[in-house]
Amino acid sequence: MKSDSSKNKITEILISAPTLSWLTVFFLIPTIMAIIMALRPSNPYGDLLPGWTLENFKTIFSPIYISVVWRTIWVSILSTIICLLFSVPVGYYMARLSEKFRKIILFLVIVPFWTNFLIRIFAWKLILNPDGLIHKTFVFLGIIPSGGSLIYNTGTVILVIIYTYLPFAILPIFAAAERFDFKLLEAARDLGATRWLAFLHIFIPNISKGLMAAAAMVLIPCLGSYVIPDLVGGTNSQMVGNLIANQAFVARNIPMAAAWSTLLMAMILLPLGLILCVKILLDKNKD
Amino acid sequence: MMNDFLIFENISKKFGKQQVINNVTFPVSKGEVFSLLGPSGCGKTTLLRICAGLEEPDNGRVILDGKDITDFSPNKRQVNTVFQNYALFPHMTVRDNIAFGPRTAGWNNKKIASEVHFFLELIQMSEHKNKYPHQLSGGQRQRIAIARALINRPLVLLLDEPLAALDLKLRQRMLIELDTIHDQIGTTFLFVTHDQSEAMSISDKIAVMNKGVIEQIGTPAQIYEAPTTSFVAAFIGDTNFFEGTVSEMINSEISRIAPSDFPEITVYNDKHLSIGTKVYLSIRPEKLNIAKTQPNTDKLINIFKGTVEDIIYLGSMTKFWVTTQNYKLSIIKQHSSFLLDEEPIRWKDEVWISWNPEHGYLLDQYAETDENLLTIPT
Ligand SMILES: Nc1ncnc2c1ncn2[C@@H]1O[C@H](COP(=O)(O)OP(=O)(O)O)[C@@H](O)[C@H]1O
Ligand SMILES: [Mg+2]
Repeated sequence: MKSDSSKNKITEILISAPTLSWLTVFFLIPTIMAIIMALRPSNPYGDLLPGWTLENFKTIFSPIYISVVWRTIWVSILSTIICLLFSVPVGYYMARLSEKFRKIILFLVIVPFWTNFLIRIFAWKLILNPDGLIHKTFVFLGIIPSGGSLIYNTGTVILVIIYTYLPFAILPIFAAAERFDFKLLEAARDLGATRWLAFLHIFIPNISKGLMAAAAMVLIPCLGSYVIPDLVGGTNSQMVGNLIANQAFVARNIPMAAAWSTLLMAMILLPLGLILCVKILLDKNKD
Repeated sequence: MMNDFLIFENISKKFGKQQVINNVTFPVSKGEVFSLLGPSGCGKTTLLRICAGLEEPDNGRVILDGKDITDFSPNKRQVNTVFQNYALFPHMTVRDNIAFGPRTAGWNNKKIASEVHFFLELIQMSEHKNKYPHQLSGGQRQRIAIARALINRPLVLLLDEPLAALDLKLRQRMLIELDTIHDQIGTTFLFVTHDQSEAMSISDKIAVMNKGVIEQIGTPAQIYEAPTTSFVAAFIGDTNFFEGTVSEMINSEISRIAPSDFPEITVYNDKHLSIGTKVYLSIRPEKLNIAKTQPNTDKLINIFKGTVEDIIYLGSMTKFWVTTQNYKLSIIKQHSSFLLDEEPIRWKDEVWISWNPEHGYLLDQYAETDENLLTIPT
């Protein structure tokens, strides 16, 4: 038994070797390079100066940027939650559909990917434009004041983020729901549970892996998003991604950009680590 | 009526164009084990689901303990189901699975703990209470499913082929266990199976189903000894069919019938069918005697000569197929004496077949296709 399991370990390492080297080359090394870069001083012309400094990190945590960091976090979390709230019922009903309709809906979920991401974001600009039909209708109905705007604010950023990442949430949840044995819901009903309780206590825990995958698929790109706030957000909806772009392309302060990137990395790895911990705990509970 | 605890009344159900349940009516008495027995696809599960509220009948009513529960949702009915593949909750331990119903019903923790303990003991699974379903064997899962349903103290326990997923030995053991649990708890069992031996051994009453209708309801012995239709006769055990017309009334209960291509047969005609009536006779293989010498002739006993075509020795009994005239009769000889002392019957031997008129049974209904259910169609 023992030699068998150690053999398995070796096989496991061999099998994961390509993935590991890929991650090392394209993830670990760049991350370390970014951290090193963040510790370098520079002058206003964008030249790197000799020596090391913690100035860049101090700047990050200065009060003027706190609001951007905070916005990045809450916009991402809120968008992720809304995406999940939409995706769970969608995934549930998709899994219950007949083979034919399921394929049609699956196709509809995937079809936005056929158009370039930037073009789709620009489409939103047109749709929500003050000269657009939606804006005019909303003004006419009194939903927004005539001087108001549907675009260039944080709400719009959230809307477009949800629009963009919803398919990424639906797919893993649907995959989990498709594997779910719907007889279990009948069993729960038979044992006295209402529809809602059966859904909550039986369906949700059994698609938890899909939920976590969906959360990661939305949250991580959300935290790093900069195109969406850049195009449909206003000056008050900047996110960390915008700061990085700004430092790199406008201020030409590469160490500053690296410092922001390091922070972003930490913000992504933190929830990811949390999700992993929960996953491991859940798996442990099972065995 | 007093005893009619659960009543299915004129239940009909269609799926698309297919009439799955066709105007079914039957009562189940309190505390009994009532089996729905029939081939796969005859509508047993559908009927059970209608009782559980998981399927809505197009027509008819379900009455439980005097209450019409037809329109109750599943969680409002005092019935619980042991599902065909158990449908245990994979993310819950054995204990949590069993406690699911009580927790949903909002029992207090102390009562839940003591009841869960009681049922874990009853099914002898206490030591596995913290395991997950995937860590259990088929028989253990089945016991959890039974406990999970019974803990809610249902008025009726519905069991959908609870043993079908188990291997033969385990199936027989679980059958005895089920019987024991029934004796201890006393709950009414509505038991669905396609396996006639299962139904025979556990049931107080059996309803034999075929294509969405109930063909016969009775005790296992009634169903076996006095089948009213060719389907029941052929589906439960093996039998021999004869078709003929009543030709002579010997006395008020004994008649002779004349099959078209077989000598006259003396039958027990307690239904007083008159001369000329077309009748169908069913005789179980073990009711036929087979002998190498001519048995004592009594005028009323049917005696025919035939040739042995096939012999299957099964230890406790031997099966023979004997041709007489154009008929191939199936005969079972039980071995109650030491076989090696007798002169054996061999292939192609001339033998005498005989049976008492009382051992045959006249059917009310006959369909030729039912002969396909026999081991060797006549
Ligand atoms: N939900 C359903 N939709 C369509 N047809 C069904 C459905 N459930 C059962 N049937 C059909 O009804 C018939 C009876 O099914 P069922 O009650 O499961 O039979 P049994 O349990 O006796 O094997 C079968 O022909 C089956 O295909
Ligand atoms: Mg069935």
